[in-house]
Amino acid sequence: MTKQTKNILVIVVALAVLIILTDALYKVSETNQVIITQFGDPIGNAVTSPGLHIKAPFIQKANFFEKRWLEWDGDPNQIPTKDKKYIWVDTYARWRISDPLVFFQRVRDERGAYSRMDDIVDGETRNAIANFDLIEIVRVSNREFEMTEETSVLETREAVQEIETGREKIANIILEASAKITPEIGVEITDVKIKRINYVDDVQRKVFDRMIAERQRIAARYRSEGDGKSAEIRGQKERELKRIQSEAYKKAQELKGKADAESTKIYASAYNLDPEFYQFMKTLEIYRTIMDKETWLLLSTDAEFLKYLKSTRK
Amino acid sequence: MANDFSTIDLKLPKIKPGVIKLIAVAVIVLIILVGSLYQISPEEMGVILRFGKFVRTTNPGLHLKLPLGIEKLTKVPVQRQLKMEFGFRTSRAGIKSEYRVTGESLKEAVMLTGDLNVVVAEWIVQYKIEDAYKYLFKVRDAELTFRYMNEAIIRKVIGDNSVDEVITVGRARIALQAKEELQKLCDLYEIGIEVNQLIFQDVNPPDPVKASFNEVNESQQERERKINEAWSEYNKEIPKASGVAEQTIRGAEGYAMARINNAQGDATRFKAIYREYIRAPLVTRKRLYLEAINEILPKISKKIIFDEKQKNILPLLNLGEEVKK
Repeated sequence: MTKQTKNILVIVVALAVLIILTDALYKVSETNQVIITQFGDPIGNAVTSPGLHIKAPFIQKANFFEKRWLEWDGDPNQIPTKDKKYIWVDTYARWRISDPLVFFQRVRDERGAYSRMDDIVDGETRNAIANFDLIEIVRVSNREFEMTEETSVLETREAVQEIETGREKIANIILEASAKITPEIGVEITDVKIKRINYVDDVQRKVFDRMIAERQRIAARYRSEGDGKSAEIRGQKERELKRIQSEAYKKAQELKGKADAESTKIYASAYNLDPEFYQFMKTLEIYRTIMDKETWLLLSTDAEFLKYLKSTRK
Repeated sequence: MANDFSTIDLKLPKIKPGVIKLIAVAVIVLIILVGSLYQISPEEMGVILRFGKFVRTTNPGLHLKLPLGIEKLTKVPVQRQLKMEFGFRTSRAGIKSEYRVTGESLKEAVMLTGDLNVVVAEWIVQYKIEDAYKYLFKVRDAELTFRYMNEAIIRKVIGDNSVDEVITVGRARIALQAKEELQKLCDLYEIGIEVNQLIFQDVNPPDPVKASFNEVNESQQERERKINEAWSEYNKEIPKASGVAEQTIRGAEGYAMARINNAQGDATRFKAIYREYIRAPLVTRKRLYLEAINEILPKISKKIIFDEKQKNILPLLNLGEEVKK
């Protein structure tokens, strides 16, 4: 062997070792788990510890699977509730590949898993929703609504139905039913939540009409309250006016009456000294006031004042 | 090859083979150093994986790691306040931010209330990555998961409130409750997120219903206006009436005073005259009488004096005509 061929040999061997090592070593990340297959057959358990691992080169293949929690987002489903209201229900689920071997055998990859989970979770969602009234799906508890001025106007509003199950428990029903099935495909589901619920268009239109009617009722109530209250205030005003006026009149009459009485007393006590003289005085005074230049005075010569016109007799 | 070297040799100054080796080594060292050194900004945290295995986190500053892909670095902005928007998107942030509502964002916002009405609620959530390890390695798409969680929680909480509570009185309470439940769910999901704040932006009735909600506001204002008008009328008239009443009473008091004073005056006068009168009644009577006649008669224009015995004069007087004049 010449030195040159020896060198070439060394390089070839080194290259071969490198290639073999590259294929024999594989890296498991924190986010991965690996199933080793030999000519397609799974060998041993899943490799879940992160770091460098070794396998037989070329004949064994590393299949990587996600180890973290994953999201499954369902398509919105149009489902009738038990009380025949059509709604769109959109759920999501939290899941992970709990048994990569089964997962690998049954569904091969995530895409396969998603399609199976669509069947499972959507199906269970339909079952659950169809078994409950809409209110059960919307509400969580029977908490009393806080009354606002507006809602208190709607006293006659149909008492909101009491719920027995509620949104969370219904989601749990879906979860439990689904979680029973998914181990078949190596999947563990730990949570299902109802993400969105919406009315289908027809129902929505009716709901909007109802909302509008409710608000109009509130508005009408406010308007009539305004009219009523202002009429009440005007009435109060009228009453107050009458009270003030009549009280003043009463007081005034009392004052005047008292004064009249008092003055009567004063006059009486004075004129009683000689009523005849008073009459005489007063009569003269009245003559003065009632006789003016328009007065015709027919005087008989018998009048005392004119007696001297006829004679000077005493 | 040898030929090429010889041509280069002609043009370039001769470089010793040792120098070339030195440069090669330096380049390799440089590459390794560049691959080893890394910097973490103040708001970030570095997560180091060695062959995919988590080995350590590093704080802000300059650090070394093993090069050549042995150790890999992921930076996570743990100190940064992150924000997620629901029901709208900020299309241009700034002093005057611009927002838009897309079809997808509207779907996030439309939801049912506990009284089976519909509201459109927009909200934002501010959060921090509290645990970089969980954020990266426990959940595959933490952000998307977090979005779903937000939607589910908000709908759950709003589903237990009436439309009036959601739009008016309950907003703050609902936001707080949703924040707490969201945090609980984050802990349960080990998503590594800390929820700092959940704030409702606009919470409105759906567009087709909005007008009727405005109508309620208007009618409410109308009611206040009517009541205020009535009160202002009240306040305008009542004090005036009180004043008039006061005037009436004062007038009556004046009347009373005058009446009594007059009476007293008259009485005093009468008594005074009477005192003198009783001393000489006859002559005083005559004097008073004549004084009165003296005063009255000159004022009277038509004075007719007739004798009692002549009875025919009266019919001749055309009294009626005189009066007519």
